[in-house]
This record gives sequence, structure tokens and C-alpha cells, in this order.
Amino acid sequence: MNGSKKQKSTEDDSLGDLTTPGQSKGLLSVFHYRYLLSLIVQKDLRVRYRGSYLGMIWTYIKPLTQFFVYYVVMGIFLGLSKRGENYALYLFSGMIVVNYFTETFRVCTRSIRSNRGLVKKIYLPRELFPVSSQRVAMVHFWPQVAILFLFCVINGWFYGVNWRHIVAIVLGFATVSVFGLALGILFGALNVFYQDAENFVDVINMLSPWLSPIMYKASVVSAHLPDWLMHIYLLYPVTASAELFHYGFWYPTTDQTEALSSHLLLNGGIGFGIACVLLFIAEAVFKRLDGRFAQEL
Amino acid sequence: MAEKAKNSTKAPKSYSAEKLAAIESVEQPDTPVMVNVDHVTKQFRLKKTISLKDEFVRFLLRRPVPDRGMFTALDNVNFTINKGESVGLVGLNGSGKSTLLKCISGVQKVDGGHIETRGHVAGLLEVGAGFSNDLTGRENVYLNGAILGMTKEQIDNAFDDIVKFSEIEKFLDTEVRFYSSGMYMRLAFSVAVHSNPDVFLVDEVLAVGDEPFRRKCAKKIHELKEQGKTLVIVSHSTDQVLQFCDRAILLSHGKMMADGNTEQVLSVMLGREVKK
Repeated sequence: MNGSKKQKSTEDDSLGDLTTPGQSKGLLSVFHYRYLLSLIVQKDLRVRYRGSYLGMIWTYIKPLTQFFVYYVVMGIFLGLSKRGENYALYLFSGMIVVNYFTETFRVCTRSIRSNRGLVKKIYLPRELFPVSSQRVAMVHFWPQVAILFLFCVINGWFYGVNWRHIVAIVLGFATVSVFGLALGILFGALNVFYQDAENFVDVINMLSPWLSPIMYKASVVSAHLPDWLMHIYLLYPVTASAELFHYGFWYPTTDQTEALSSHLLLNGGIGFGIACVLLFIAEAVFKRLDGRFAQEL
Repeated sequence: MAEKAKNSTKAPKSYSAEKLAAIESVEQPDTPVMVNVDHVTKQFRLKKTISLKDEFVRFLLRRPVPDRGMFTALDNVNFTINKGESVGLVGLNGSGKSTLLKCISGVQKVDGGHIETRGHVAGLLEVGAGFSNDLTGRENVYLNGAILGMTKEQIDNAFDDIVKFSEIEKFLDTEVRFYSSGMYMRLAFSVAVHSNPDVFLVDEVLAVGDEPFRRKCAKKIHELKEQGKTLVIVSHSTDQVLQFCDRAILLSHGKMMADGNTEQVLSVMLGREVKK
């Protein structure tokens, strides 16, 4: 009698307690699903490049084409390349930040809807889908960073670099990642209810390369904006990240005499803080709407 | 809307109250509760996508805001399932069976009451939901296994069994887009039954493949039962429910009409004598 009772209780223990299904720790639970996450990323990449002969080479062709268009039109025709040293590196280091942001924003926004088959049938923490989409964007981002780094090194990056530049790069990457994910989660959830979200995001993405100092210098903007607005402009996380990447990659290749926007690292830090707060809010909204995803899709 | 609600509380005439009352309840085993469905209510808003254009036209024509009614999919459903039981959820189309299963799996949230489950709950809700056409059979086994909550080691260990059970050895490294529908379903089902959950939610999927494979599936389900797994089965197939379930719950318009002996419940539902 005693023995059987004991056995039963250990059996109960292995099964755990009664819990409410469909509840997760949100973004944190994604860590628990690391293996699944990596498989979903693989799948997304496979789907993206199915039946493609060049495959991943496209991730190089697209940004390089974009770069040459910007460089020829802005740098040569409009003469921006004469206003500073190594304009090509300046352009490329900012451009890849914005590209990473726009791709993250776009794919995360579509992620819930494009995985509706799974969302409707099997319970998984739904944050998995935007997070895996961002991983895909990251897979496209790293080759661009590698190209940038290569050209920076050729242009004497190692002679001018110190720890502040490294911090700037890391902080810039963190800021744009968190900000992109935050907006992606928020709009991914809204897109379930109104597909207008997708179109809205496309419009924002169209503006993004012009909104941040990628082709032009931030100092050009300050001549046209009042001081307080200029502060906001520099705190916008994508701008802050682009400026951090400029500082980390492009600046050490120059003679470092050009005036930078003031408090660059501080702005980056605040931009990162803003992105984190936004991620927190986005996750709260996502969690609220999450329960209705399956029936709305 | 109040009128609608009133209608839905009325028992449909097709089931006679006497016969329902005569259904014997099934004694539950003295094991831990695995699924607790506690006075659960679920409503859907009858949805129509509203667009700005519609709103504008309505404003111009001064029409009132249309009343988007509510539809009660589950109405105060209340039962528990203990470890080792296999319970059939039966009822006609639109009675709320699948919605209930989705609520138990966590895909949908309930509006009233609450649901609790214990252990690892996995759904065979529409086999192959997690399959991707662009991946090979092998890759899909891993992806689907992970979706059903298995770790890489667990999938590695079960891999040979999964492949053997599905009988698609030759096509393992072919993309599943080239599979016949039977092969596709066999592989998906095979992954699902090997995911080894404590509670197995099965929705209309046992009609997979040809006769020999169906027999194999049935055998596997019986094996799971013998291992003390808990099964919740939704099926329109009377035979399957009779075969697998000792207890059946009859739903009608979201209300629980009966909970008891499978044969008797099915007899009332179909209006004719049903025997094993």
C-alpha cells in the first residue's frame, strides 16, 4: 500500500503540475526553443532560395548594386564624395545598418501571417516567428559586414582603431537589432488583424535610407533643424546605430580630424535604451493579441 | 443578439432528453488528472473585415453600424480526463469539437472558465501542419519533431523508428513536394506518434494512407493506450471512436450533452443502436 502510493507520487512528479496551455514566457521562452529556432531559420533560407542557381550569392549582389547606385548618383553626380575622406566606406557602413533594419522590419512584420499554417494548428510561443525572421535578416547582414570590414582593413582601419570604435560597433549592432525586433514584433501582431501594417512598413522602409544619415552627413541636417529636433533625430535608434557604425568602421580609416556629431556614444546608449523600452512595450502588446491570432488568421 | 443566445441554450431536438439521461457514466481511473476543462466558454465574433471604404460609404448613407453578432462555440463545457483514459469527442459538424481540442492544445484561448493540462501535450491536429515542401523528408522529420517539442537527441534516437514506420526509406532525401499525398501523410503521422507526449490530441487524422497503414496506425494507438498515455480523439468515424475510446463526450452547438459509455453516446448521437 505504502509502496504503491510512493510510486504514484513519483509518477505525478515527473508529469509536473497542471498548467494552463498556450501560456509562455514570451520572448524569453524562445531561448528554450533554440534548436527549433535554428531549424526554422534553415527552412526560411531554403524557401527563399529554392530553385535558385546563384542562391546565397544574391545576398552579395543586392547590396552591392544598391551601393553602386548610391555611390554613382550621390557620391559622383551630386559630388558628396568630395566632401570627406573615404566616402565609399562612409556610405557602405551606414547603408548596411539601414538594410539590416529594413529587412528585419519587413520579414518580422510578415512572419506571423506567413506561418499561419503553424500558428493555427500547433501551439508554440509565437515570438519564435519574428525572432527566426530576424535571424534570417542577420544571415544576410553578416556577409555585408565582412565586405565592409575587408575594405576598412585595406584602407588602414587597424592603424586608427581603439576600444571606443569597437564599443561603437557592438552597441550599434545591438541597438538596431533590438529596435528592428521591437517594431517587427509589434507590426507582426498588428498585421494579423489589419494587413495595412505590411503596406505601412513598406512605406517606412522606403523612407529609411533617406531618413538617416547614410548618403549625407548628419552635420548637413543640423543646419536645417532646430536644436531640440536635431537631438531627437540623433536619438532615433536607426540613426544612432548608423552613426555608431560610421564611427566604428569608417572613422578609423580617415585621419580622424573630421568633426563628428557630439556625444556619439552617449546618443547610441540612449538609442539602445529607447529600443529596449520599445521592445518591452511591443512584447506586451504582442502577448495581449497573441491569444486571438489563431482565430483571426 | 440576446435572442441568439437564448436559441443556443435550447437543446437541439434531435437528441431526446430521456435517452441522454439514460447514458451510463464511465468510472474514471484513480490516476492524476491530465486535462481539466473547467466550465469553459468560447465565443467568436462573426467577423467581416471592415475597410475604410466601407466605413466611408456607410457614413455617407448614414447607415447604422452593423451588429456583428457573437457565436458561442463552447458553452460551459466541464469535464476532466485522467491519465490512461482515451476519450472521444463526438458531435455533428460545428458542434465545437475541434475548437475544444484547439483550446486544450493552447492554440486558442478560452473566454470563460479555464483549462489546465499536465505533462507534455502534443496535437496530431491536421498532420503535416509543420511540414515544408522545400525540405527533404529527413529535414522535415527534424523540423516537425522539434515543432512537436522533441529535442535533437530525442529525434536522433527515434529517427530510425520514424522512418521505418512511415515506409518511405527510399525517398528520405527527396524534397517532400515530390511525395505522393499518402507518403506525405505517413511521414507526418509517423513523426507525430513518435513525439511521445503524455497527452495525445488526435483530430481526424487516423484516416491516413491505405488500409494496411491504417491498421498499423490503429495498432500504434493501441500501443500508446497500453503504455498509459492519455488520448483525446476527435473523429467522425464511429468505428474509430468505438475502437479507441472507452468514454465519449457528446457536444452539440457548443454544449456538452452527454459524457459516458461510448456505445450509448454514439447510439444517441446517431439515433440507432451502435455496438462494438
